[in-house]
Amino acid sequence: MIESHLSLLIVVLPLLTAPIVAILPNGRAPWLISTLVSWSVFTLACMQLANVSTGNIISYELGGWAPPWGIEYRIDAANALVALIVSGIAAVIFPYALKSVEKEIPEQQHSLFYAAFMLCLTGLLGITQTGDIFNLFVFLEISSLSSYALISLGQQRQALTASYQYLIMGSIGATFFLIGVGLLYAMTGTLNMMDLAQRLPELYEHRTIHTAFAFIMVGFALKLALFPLHLWLPNAYTYAPSVVTAFLSATATKVAVYVMLRVIFSVFGFSFIENTPTDELFLILCVVGILMMSFYAVYQQDSKRLLSYSSVAQVGYMMLGIGFGSVLGLTATLVHLFNHALMKGALFMAIGALVYRVGSSRLEHLSGLGKHMPWTFAAIVIGGLSLIGVPGTAGFISKWYLVLAAIEKQYWLIVVVILLGSLLAVIYVWKLIETLYFKSENDSIQPETIKEAPLMLLIPTWVLVFANVYFGFNTELTVGTAEQAIKLLLPGVN
Amino acid sequence: MIWMSELPPYIPFFLAALLVLVTHGNVRNIILLATPVLGGLHLWLDVQPFVPMVATDVLVTAKELSYQVTVFSYQLEFMRVDKLSLLFGYLFHIASFIAIVYALHVRDTIQQVAGLLYAGSALGAVFAGDLITLFIFWEGLALSSVFLIWARRSERSINTGIRYLIFQVMSGVLLLAGALTYYHQTGSTEFNYIGIESTAGWLILLAFGIKSAFPFLHNWLTDAYPESTPTGTVFLSAFTTKVAVYALARGFPGTDLLVYIGAAMTCFPIFYAVIENDLRRVLAYSMINQVGFMVCGIGIGTALALNGAVAHAFNDVIFKGLLFMTMGAVLYRVGNINGSDLGGLYKSMPKTALLCIVGASSISAFPLFSGFVSKSMVMTAMLQEGHNYLWLMLLFASAGVFHHAGIKIPYFAFFHHDSGIRVKEAPNNMLIAMMIAAVLCIFIGTQPQYLYALLPWKVDYWPYDMTHVLAQLQILFFSALAFVWLNKQGLYPPELRSVNIDFEWSYRKLLPAIARVSYNLLHAVNNGATRVVQQSWQGFQLIFQASRLSKYHLASSWPTGSMVLWIGLILGGYLIVDVYFLYIDDH
Repeated sequence: MIESHLSLLIVVLPLLTAPIVAILPNGRAPWLISTLVSWSVFTLACMQLANVSTGNIISYELGGWAPPWGIEYRIDAANALVALIVSGIAAVIFPYALKSVEKEIPEQQHSLFYAAFMLCLTGLLGITQTGDIFNLFVFLEISSLSSYALISLGQQRQALTASYQYLIMGSIGATFFLIGVGLLYAMTGTLNMMDLAQRLPELYEHRTIHTAFAFIMVGFALKLALFPLHLWLPNAYTYAPSVVTAFLSATATKVAVYVMLRVIFSVFGFSFIENTPTDELFLILCVVGILMMSFYAVYQQDSKRLLSYSSVAQVGYMMLGIGFGSVLGLTATLVHLFNHALMKGALFMAIGALVYRVGSSRLEHLSGLGKHMPWTFAAIVIGGLSLIGVPGTAGFISKWYLVLAAIEKQYWLIVVVILLGSLLAVIYVWKLIETLYFKSENDSIQPETIKEAPLMLLIPTWVLVFANVYFGFNTELTVGTAEQAIKLLLPGVN
Repeated sequence: MIWMSELPPYIPFFLAALLVLVTHGNVRNIILLATPVLGGLHLWLDVQPFVPMVATDVLVTAKELSYQVTVFSYQLEFMRVDKLSLLFGYLFHIASFIAIVYALHVRDTIQQVAGLLYAGSALGAVFAGDLITLFIFWEGLALSSVFLIWARRSERSINTGIRYLIFQVMSGVLLLAGALTYYHQTGSTEFNYIGIESTAGWLILLAFGIKSAFPFLHNWLTDAYPESTPTGTVFLSAFTTKVAVYALARGFPGTDLLVYIGAAMTCFPIFYAVIENDLRRVLAYSMINQVGFMVCGIGIGTALALNGAVAHAFNDVIFKGLLFMTMGAVLYRVGNINGSDLGGLYKSMPKTALLCIVGASSISAFPLFSGFVSKSMVMTAMLQEGHNYLWLMLLFASAGVFHHAGIKIPYFAFFHHDSGIRVKEAPNNMLIAMMIAAVLCIFIGTQPQYLYALLPWKVDYWPYDMTHVLAQLQILFFSALAFVWLNKQGLYPPELRSVNIDFEWSYRKLLPAIARVSYNLLHAVNNGATRVVQQSWQGFQLIFQASRLSKYHLASSWPTGSMVLWIGLILGGYLIVDVYFLYIDDH
């Protein structure tokens, strides 16, 4: 029973939980139910990945309507991996949320907060599961609308403005995507991705198809915060509640990168892309983005904003792999998708623990706290090493494949850019460490009252920190699944 | 049998570093002392029996001892033993033992842990069988050693440490880039002869060059080593440059370019060393000079020259360590190491003074001291290969060494005019460490056959013949004469508290100055442009607000407006280029 409806349950379970949580009284019940649901979804996602990691494909017909008329959920190794990331991060973050949310969000909004969080999870998982491009848009809107609500709950007043601006920009992106889908539908008469993939090749020369692709690509470039369409991201991540920042930074942009991957390689096919300026555009934007955003990160005065700019730079690494369009490049993209979720999740959660004790994420308020909160500090150090790409951490594996891919293509300039980016990462991570450990304490926060963060925050953070180290040595899950996924994304290469 | 033979030698050091973290007092001291002793015995009893000790023309790897780990489909070889790595393995164990004894009085966890990790990384690097493993320990050397510089805990040492780290990390990044390129070109990451025929070779050579202080890449050394603690510098002087010499000897033997680089390295530091006031910085310059001899030997590439290079590395660690130790003892007792402020210390520190003279004789290559038996090998090889002019340069450098290291160091610290400073003799543990080093200097100098037996390549050589001894003594005496005469005439550069400008001036002063000037210029241009634009924009706004259009003015908030502009630009630009692409396809 569960086996056959696995793919549907992953989406429906959080969807049904959301209204239940919303009507529960404020207290710990909403948190408890959400946590349990997130864990069961994670279990289901693990089972799903085990099913498809051998190379077979799950095709689930929603309501028994056969595709291309009905909605199809189509799972291969690529979706299963992304669904695993999203549900895995959720499963780690929900336990963490209890304390952090109690501190940062007024009591009367708790049940609504968890309901919105569940909806956001539904939307992100739905995007990964579905094989229908309009259905994807629907889930995109579910996740976006709920995340606007989540971001607006931040403590500072700027949170509302940040959320509002993200709403406007995000809606522009979603509309662009919808325009693209509409054009595709007008030309082919279908919304099923596999069906589209079959009908598109004969229309490759058609300008409408090119325009449709341009709209979809720009729309999602905005959602995944590709430089220079990243302007919504730093404000949104800085002012959102710590839990929301940790969750969105580890999942939202990753899911958008996945959609880009799916649209480019499964729906349109790389042979279409090669005859358009897309790959060149990606490479140029990524190179400029990596350098400029890393550089911006160095000059930030707020730890969350610093990491946000670093996120935009890291998105550049993921999109580089797509721009290469080679097996190694896509491996790097998928592996970095996974690893970046681990490192940014760990780092933002550790910053959240600092915010829990200090009430601010600005660097001047954090100076010298590393000595009072050694475990949180150690988590930031290890997460930071992974972000730099030091051997023995997950970050090294991603950089390694990316550099190999660039060398294979003989793009020497990009090799230099990747290494320069790592050097800049050393500087901004060092800035965090220097502030936390080597600067003297700021007296205005009464440092002697600061204690180590509670275990409820530390344990989930350290789970991700260990994952960073574990996946730095064992690459069977990440690289293995990525290779399996690429066999389907790039048929004919293998 | 101490441990199993395949155990890579860095592991005991890393474990000991962990143990040192959780222990203190005597237990910690015992762990510190036992690590290099047990590690050395491990090499001697467990590892050496598997290595063919007969010298041959090519290096023979002990196949039984290979220790490999597969990490994401790459073979990392943590243990690869032949006579070359074994020699450096012994050397690093001896050096770390001496340095640990010397630092035994220190109560500073950071320094002790960093010291062990640093020595362990050096061992890891010389036993690494592939470039990726080498890279891992290469970075390990950089990250652990920088704490020895920061351990001085002064503003100056923190800044110096960061500059040092930037150089070292740059070397690591180059090595990684080189390794990846090498893998791409050859399909293997094995670390054997590399050569400079390919891009990969150049990248790797540059990485090695930074660590072995090639000219213009050397400033991290003279910048950082004198800023460390008295004990930290002893560690620093032993490992980083010698690992680089090892790596050069394995990757680039017989590369002609290295002969010229090496010759330059022997000569240019002499001028700086003579005018430098900080006596530990004098030693740092003289270190570059000694590494120059080794690089020359590697560049020549004959069996005699290579043997000379590694033997000189072996001796240099010990006598340079001895000199750094004596200067460290002075710094520890007096709190100051400027030549201009010292003098007459032989009255209060007679033992240290005597040990310093032993070190000075060794570095000046007096017959019967260790420097003589190895330096003469490189010089002889130089002549055999017909590099007559370069040989003269090395001769000049040898005389220069005697000047700045052999005479200047002991003379200004312990003799010269009496500065009136009265202190206690160096602590016992320091004296013991210096004594061990001094005994080794004399032992190797008089009984070189034991060192020669360890040398990797097959060659028959004996340093004590008439020509060598006489030639060397002549150089030394004329050099001493020059020193005395210059001093008498008042021509010798006096010890002054001054700043000597080296190449680092170009990036510490010149570059920032250029950057400042161009920044100001840009700023002025920018200001002017902004003013013009602002004024015309304000004019436009006034007109706009007066007109009816202003009612339709959408409240602009910075990111959204700018973002929409970018969306428009990208979409529009993309579509135009796309049409152009389609057009090309059609034609």
